Amino acid sequence: MAKNDVKLLGAWPSPFVLRARVALNIKSVKYEFLEETMAPKSELLLQSNPVYKKIPVLIHGDKPICESQVIVQYIDEAWTSGPSILPSDPCDRAIHRFWAVYLDETWFPTMKGLLAVQGEERKPLMDQLSEGIVLLEEAFGKCSKGKAFFGGDGIGFLDIVFGCFLGWLRVSEKITGLKLLDEAKTPRLVKWAESFCADAAVKGIMPETNKLLEFARALAAKMREAPPKN
Amino acid sequence: MADEVVLLDFWPSMFGMRVRIALAEKGIKYEYKEEDLRNKSPLLLEMSPIHKKIPVFIHNGKPVCESLIIVQYIDEVWKDKCPLLPTDPYQRAHSRFWADFVDKKVYEVSRKVWATNGEEKKAGKKEFIEIFKILEGELGDKPYYGGETFGFVDLSLIPFYSWFYAIETLGEFNLEAECPKIVAWAKRCLQKETVAKTLPDQKKVYEFVGQTRKRFGLE
Repeated sequence: MAKNDVKLLGAWPSPFVLRARVALNIKSVKYEFLEETMAPKSELLLQSNPVYKKIPVLIHGDKPICESQVIVQYIDEAWTSGPSILPSDPCDRAIHRFWAVYLDETWFPTMKGLLAVQGEERKPLMDQLSEGIVLLEEAFGKCSKGKAFFGGDGIGFLDIVFGCFLGWLRVSEKITGLKLLDEAKTPRLVKWAESFCADAAVKGIMPETNKLLEFARALAAKMREAPPKN
Repeated sequence: MADEVVLLDFWPSMFGMRVRIALAEKGIKYEYKEEDLRNKSPLLLEMSPIHKKIPVFIHNGKPVCESLIIVQYIDEVWKDKCPLLPTDPYQRAHSRFWADFVDKKVYEVSRKVWATNGEEKKAGKKEFIEIFKILEGELGDKPYYGGETFGFVDLSLIPFYSWFYAIETLGEFNLEAECPKIVAWAKRCLQKETVAKTLPDQKKVYEFVGQTRKRFGLE
């Protein structure tokens, strides 16, 4: 398929955009990456995601697909040659999906909350994140069945959903001093994180932690200046 | 070997209703266990340790949580009857997107009407109508979100119909006047036996909401 049949609207700091890129790489799909500045949002973005006006948006032919988890599942189903991303067993699929929802609706919002506050306000959020990562360490034990990834031998759906948060996880660790991935408490996830970042589908597109840190600090400064909006 | 299928649920839960409709569509026999959410059973706490929420679907002793995850699981395991998701990858993505939209928006915005008073309720009502106008736009002139047949998105949204009377009464508006296609769609869905038999009576839900509001000190 010609490269310009597949476009991805995204931005380099976004972990959600990274998910789509990893999935496309796993399937060896050539695509055109269109970096969105987000201020202002491009016409193409507004047209292809009128509901949320957010990235990532995958455009396959002329069809837009939005929401990163939906995009990853679409990539898995549209390109059937190449490794499978979702597990084949419905029980395992449900477990991957459950933790993916947990990460997006509970864990990552707590992390974003943590980065938006200072001092004493951080403690309860840091505790919640630490508890969450212990749950994820246990989940890894059950899902991986002794192998390198949540998906087994190769990167699977939950690896992508969680792994793409690693950059921001490291940023949070640097900013707050909280150690989330810890040899003592989460030894399996420490190893998994290394394996994920070293994987051919991820290496080269995972943003550098220092660049993300700079970006996070600039964003925090901007948010402190601007009046709060809901 | 006969499948052992148990559903831990709470009768007014729109999320639980999704699972009940899916099970009815597939003709699956199951044991329904009503949970008292103010006194959660040891089984619920064991099977849903993270969120401790219903619905929980237990298939041969293994739990599945989160209503849309449960529905997809049911669709994948009992795949030979009544598919709930389309086969085409793009149509599937489209269905997942809109079911996710319902999940992200409709419960919260409903709560902003039934669980508030005064200015908050007014703002909630405005938002509720806006969300349903978006949903109405997506439905267009199709009989169902799934096209010609009832599908994943229809299933994810129709349970909220049982809460419409409560929301309209408390919000002091008429949804049929604001979003006629949504109400027409809902009535079409209710012609399906699986939906009609699953959805609780709107007045019963209204009574339940009233009791809940009293407990929250809103009445």
